[in-house]
Amino acid sequence: MGLLNLNGITKSFGAIHALNGVDLSIDPGEAVGLMGDNGAGKSTLMKIIAGNFKPTSGEIRIEDKSVEFHKPIDARYAGIEIVYQDLALCDNLTAAANVFLGREAKKRIGPFSWLDHGAMYKRAGELFSELKSETRPRDLVRQMSGGQRQAVAIARTRLSDPKLVLMDEPTAAISVRQVAEVLALIKRLKDTGHAVILVSHRMPDVFDVCDRVAVLRRGTKVADKHIKETSPEEVTGLITGAIEAA
Amino acid sequence: MTEELTDQKQRRHPGRGPVDTLNEMDHAAIDDSITSRQEVSGFGSMIRTQPFWVFLAILAIGFVMTFVSDAFMTERNMFNITRNFAFFGIMALGMSAVICTAGIDLSVGSLLGLCAITLGLTMQAGWGIEVGFVVCMLTAAAVGAINGVLIAYLKMAPFVVTLGMLAMARSIAMVISNNKMIYEFGPDMELFEWIGGESMLGVPNVVWVLILMTAGFWWVWRYSTWGRWVIAIGGNAQAAKLSGIPVERMIVSVYMVCSMCTGLAAFMFIGYTGSATNGMGVTYELNVIAASVIGGANLMGGVVYALGAPIGAALVELIRNSLLLAGIPALWQQFFVGLFLILAVLLEQIRSRGRS
Ligand SMILES: Nc1ncnc2c1ncn2[C@@H]1O[C@H](COP(=O)(O)OP(=O)(O)OP(=O)(O)O)[C@@H](O)[C@H]1O
Ligand SMILES: [Mg+2]
Repeated sequence: MGLLNLNGITKSFGAIHALNGVDLSIDPGEAVGLMGDNGAGKSTLMKIIAGNFKPTSGEIRIEDKSVEFHKPIDARYAGIEIVYQDLALCDNLTAAANVFLGREAKKRIGPFSWLDHGAMYKRAGELFSELKSETRPRDLVRQMSGGQRQAVAIARTRLSDPKLVLMDEPTAAISVRQVAEVLALIKRLKDTGHAVILVSHRMPDVFDVCDRVAVLRRGTKVADKHIKETSPEEVTGLITGAIEAA
Repeated sequence: MTEELTDQKQRRHPGRGPVDTLNEMDHAAIDDSITSRQEVSGFGSMIRTQPFWVFLAILAIGFVMTFVSDAFMTERNMFNITRNFAFFGIMALGMSAVICTAGIDLSVGSLLGLCAITLGLTMQAGWGIEVGFVVCMLTAAAVGAINGVLIAYLKMAPFVVTLGMLAMARSIAMVISNNKMIYEFGPDMELFEWIGGESMLGVPNVVWVLILMTAGFWWVWRYSTWGRWVIAIGGNAQAAKLSGIPVERMIVSVYMVCSMCTGLAAFMFIGYTGSATNGMGVTYELNVIAASVIGGANLMGGVVYALGAPIGAALVELIRNSLLLAGIPALWQQFFVGLFLILAVLLEQIRSRGRS
């Protein structure tokens, strides 16, 4: 009965209609590629699922229960993690501090608790090496390369055991080796029953790891097909509008 | 495997990453060395902080002053200097938190006057010192809460809100004091004046309070979630919010903390001077902000040092004291405070340019 079901999601920013009645569903263990031109509404849709925006109309159902997210934290509690396109990091904090931001590891004695820096550095280091990223947990994000920042944003989603991971262009700024690691991570997530929505402009990535591809054009979903039933050429046509719908 | 070895291997294969040449076990070693490696050592990171350089400036000025005036290095003068800067230091600790969120609180001087009056009236009416203390802190908390709510929830500019509060708090202090001075503090007057004005083990009580609070804030900035979240908000409020940090509530609490530091300073200050007037604390906001900024607080937000507040306040007081002892007219005081404020910001700019 689907992990996530979106029914008729519409979002307007004043006069701009970013999304028009988008339906989308995803099952556990499934990866869906979400593609579309710049400004097609991909990030907006991701942010609605992540509780960042409220849809103007439409319904979000998780495991067949209608939900309403007022804040990003509500979506996180519902088992949704997201890598934002702009990464949403604090430049003045270390990589580890960013990974744990909002859910810091703490030590406790009786009523007293304090930040457990050692544990956070260690866990963050493990997550970075799992991603094969040369990111040092103690470095300030300010000093980091684009790829290292992306690794921090991705590592954040690995802290909990989410049901659904949303990745908004997670491979935009990273090296070939790291792209392979992110794709491998997506496959691992699928194998362990997690669902992933991957927003990407990179056709090979989507065709490598995704089971389905959905295409948005100017806020409307124009296609939603199994990867085996389509081709990069068709998807390109759908994105540009050369093919009306499929 | 050590870090050096992997680096060496890399050097032997210039142009090739370590990835292709090393086997799986080496991966773990690299990851390990990456995990434990730190940008700079403890000392290295210390000399990168503003308070360290300001501390050096203090030592240098102090060194020069021993030659300029025999009165400088006396116990009496040191006692006076530390006691005088302690009041500003306590207020600057709170101000640093506000500045860390990229905010500003211009109302602390007026709040000092308002706290002086509410505290004075309460104790004059015959209430004990505990009640006086609670009234003083509640006054401060209320003012901080109003500032915070207007800034966090109504999204008003901190500069404007606290400028308004600067005028309003002072006016209320004048109204409720009926423009009269208070020098009668009821049954606990003796204890009250002892707390603010006397010393223990040769150190003024207010300096003890400053030491304890600095230690407390040091712990808060390093080990508490509250401190971590405040710094995160200063760095990127949007990202903090997306991470589930209750940004609005945090901001309100930050302004309340700042105000309550002022409330505490007021409590000590009235005890020290032995009288309360509604004109107390006029233009103190300048010295407090100067102390915070000289101590390394960055008005862009995201930077805070617990030690910065007392060190910045110490430098401001040292300038005042030195000019006095050197026989330079007091009229020059504000000039030098302003000069050092600008130099501090310049220093911070040069250092951050060096970093990037
Ligand atoms: N907060 C906002 N306020 C107003 N308009 C917005 C806002 N966020 C997005 N939009 C508009 O909504 C439309 C869709 O934007 P969105 O960011 O979802 O595109 P996208 O598909 O992610 O594009 P890209 O590939 O460039 O990331 C755009 O026209 C954009 O200008
Ligand atoms: Mg986008």
